[in-house]
Amino acid sequence: MTDQPVPTAATAQDNSPHEHISSVGSSVAIWLALLAFTGLTVGAAFVELGPLNTVAALVIATCKAILVVLFFMHVKYTHEKLTGLVIVSAIFFLFILLSLSMADYATRLWR
Amino acid sequence: MATAVPVDLERENYLNAGYGIKSWLLTRDHKRIALLYLLTITFFFFIGGFFALLIRLELLTPAGDLVQSDTYNKLFTMHGMVMIFFFLIPGVPAVLGNFLIPIMIGAKDLAFPRLNLLSWYLFVAGGLLMFYTILAGGVDTGWTFYTPLSTEFAKTNVITAALGVFVAGFASILTGLNFIVTIHRMRAPGMTWNRLPLFVWSHYATSIIQVLGTPVVAITIVLVALERLFHLGVFNPALGGDPLLFQHLFWFYSHPAVYIMILPGMGIVSEIVCCFSRKRIFGYKAMALAVLGIAVIGFLVWAHHMFVAGISLYAALVFSLLSYFVAVPSAIKVFNWTATMYKGSITYQTPMLYAFAFIGLFTIGGLTGLFLACLGIDVHVTDTYFVVAHFHYVMVGGMVVAYLAGMHFWWPKISGRMYPEAWGKLAALIVFIGFNLTFFPQFLLGYMGMPRRYHAYPPEFQILNVLSTAGATVLAVGYLLPMVYFLWSMRYGPPAPPNPWNAAGLEWMIPSPPPTSNFEEQPVVTWEAYNYDELGEIPQKQEVPVAH
Amino acid sequence: MPTSPVAAVSGHENDHAHDNPALLHHFATESQQKNAASLGMWLFLAQEVMFFGGMFCAYLIYRYKYFADFGSASQQLDIKLGAINTVVLICSSLTVVLGVRAAQLGKRMALVFWLLATIVLGFVFLGIKADEYAEKFEKHHVPGASFSYHELLPSQEKLPPEDRQYANPHHAEMYFSLYFAMTGMHAVHMIIGVVLFAYLAWMAWRGRYGPHYYTPVENAGLYWHFVDIVWIYLFPLLYLIDRHR
Repeated sequence: MTDQPVPTAATAQDNSPHEHISSVGSSVAIWLALLAFTGLTVGAAFVELGPLNTVAALVIATCKAILVVLFFMHVKYTHEKLTGLVIVSAIFFLFILLSLSMADYATRLWR
Repeated sequence: MATAVPVDLERENYLNAGYGIKSWLLTRDHKRIALLYLLTITFFFFIGGFFALLIRLELLTPAGDLVQSDTYNKLFTMHGMVMIFFFLIPGVPAVLGNFLIPIMIGAKDLAFPRLNLLSWYLFVAGGLLMFYTILAGGVDTGWTFYTPLSTEFAKTNVITAALGVFVAGFASILTGLNFIVTIHRMRAPGMTWNRLPLFVWSHYATSIIQVLGTPVVAITIVLVALERLFHLGVFNPALGGDPLLFQHLFWFYSHPAVYIMILPGMGIVSEIVCCFSRKRIFGYKAMALAVLGIAVIGFLVWAHHMFVAGISLYAALVFSLLSYFVAVPSAIKVFNWTATMYKGSITYQTPMLYAFAFIGLFTIGGLTGLFLACLGIDVHVTDTYFVVAHFHYVMVGGMVVAYLAGMHFWWPKISGRMYPEAWGKLAALIVFIGFNLTFFPQFLLGYMGMPRRYHAYPPEFQILNVLSTAGATVLAVGYLLPMVYFLWSMRYGPPAPPNPWNAAGLEWMIPSPPPTSNFEEQPVVTWEAYNYDELGEIPQKQEVPVAH
Repeated sequence: MPTSPVAAVSGHENDHAHDNPALLHHFATESQQKNAASLGMWLFLAQEVMFFGGMFCAYLIYRYKYFADFGSASQQLDIKLGAINTVVLICSSLTVVLGVRAAQLGKRMALVFWLLATIVLGFVFLGIKADEYAEKFEKHHVPGASFSYHELLPSQEKLPPEDRQYANPHHAEMYFSLYFAMTGMHAVHMIIGVVLFAYLAWMAWRGRYGPHYYTPVENAGLYWHFVDIVWIYLFPLLYLIDRHR
């Protein structure tokens, strides 16, 4: 949480860093990558991997999500660290919900 | 009959800047929105209190003779729902938080004033749904909506009640969102994180919980409504569902919700203890980190509400251990308030009396929470009056007391008038006595085995129940008094100076009541928080000369 | 000395910044307003993560408990339509990115074009979804009073007929309850997004957005990308269980 208190207009000439403008080329490249991952996940579903099928599906989905967050949502180009903190917090608390609930269900039959 | 005291009508302030109902209902001024919330939550406090009185009346006698058991189920359900979702959760953030946070950080308004107004309208909409539910016969599932009773078997207005909570929940989310953005982006020059009043820190932590926790109960309520409408089976054991899944999802929010309720109160107490000890807070950084710690760890403990519901033993052990951890930051706060008072120059105005009460009663409530976190004890006292007493000690002895403390402390700023101090002290004493008389016997009742949510009980428990009901009546008087004298003060109270308590903080450097834009010029902060060493004593007379 | 009126900066320098009609009065500078709006949107998305997260939690737990039955029910969905919808949404995310870029470069008609393209793709997605829902309705796979399910567990068709095991209809109904709840909630969010983009397209056509002010376009884009990410997880979790059998 390092953002400075707001400067008054007297002290700032709106020195905010310039917003990143994505190039068409990089956007298309990410788009193609997302399509490729989609094809990969469909293909992997037809291969017998046992419990790794679910793992593979989630890993591929997460890769796609990371591409969307970093590039399409401009998180890679932002100077604002708070954005990253918000994203990480949301994922962390979701993870807590999922894992601690599963801690109950997964251990119900242990005796 | 006292004559009305004229206030300086020449000076524009947020109360007289625009008359007429439209200027209030379409306002974007955070201070006016705070007052709108004050009216609505006070209304709901009365309704929740009315249900409480009926409950206590029924429990005067061992037999279930005042109301039938089904009706009694509705009474405690409506009492819980109204008090929790429509008084305690919005309570301090929506009233005092809305009013004070922009001023305390040196801003003109919150980051999103229109969103703030929308929050109030959502809250009113949810409240109307809840009010309709009451008129239509109420709900009898308990405020906890447990399945499959709520989804399958209850014949009462579950869906409208659930909808009311859902809509009010979004008011809560938007308020929290507004506060977080405001505190990050709208601080005046020089108002660094280390100079923020602890009241602001507390609301920041509260807002994190509101934004991240409330959506989970929102979606859970949607699932309950869908299940009830379409007979789905997500929570119905007969169709392969698990009622405990509902409880996991419900308590994932509802436990952090209790921290939404208490953290703002802790912020209030920090402000008051410093002012009336004339000392800066002991351990500022620890206090700030503690509220964040409570918010984060508070998300990790929810299944301690489910120890005997059927979760696995190993999950119970994990949640028990985590529940012990959450007490640590709370205890640190109690120690630091005490250390702040040590060698302070203490005076006993009404806000400070309430702050003292908070520290003692919250400690009792919190410690009994640890009893409940212990698996062995919980097996015996869960679902008894021990639990009821525990949470009323923290929510009423803690939170409502803190709310009253804050209302008295900032009343001069909000209304521009002083409340009558003697009556304030009397009311505080009555509240303290009434509260303990109501709820201490309930610890004993629970320990002796009286179950909660029962309208009849074995005759040997009667004497303690009678004491409890007597206490409730005294407590009701204690609550009515401030309503009367606050209203009285708006017309007859002496006009308040900008800083009647000689307190630290930006809100005390602007007139009482404040102008609409808070500050004539943007402040530049060059001093640390709680700079009481520079401020001196509290003035004896807190009046301004009458303007002619 | 803090008891005296606080040290203040003369307010006149703020006047120039407030020449921009898009700047609201309680903000000091445009960048403060933009940063506030951006943080607000990210917090809203964090809230949405938890909102959908509750349903993902329910899905996770029942999939863990009833894996085989969920596999059977999952095979009732049309994987081609699901994959097409995934591609449609990924394309719509691209059109959003190109729209934001157009706004940043001040290209009004390009911005309108990309916003309309996003809306069209959104309608395509919703249309395919409606088709899938209709098919489920016909096969009585919609949970509720008329639900009926009599399908084999995965890879049972390899066994002789008398040994084949059928999926538990209650557990299959559980799958479909969560399928409709999750994709339905996702569709609601898409409809909201489409309406939002329609409004933005109209405002863009009127010349409201440009390099000096495109915050609503950017923030609506963030919302749309989030809805895309939810689908990125829904597709494999709902459509691709046990397909290899």
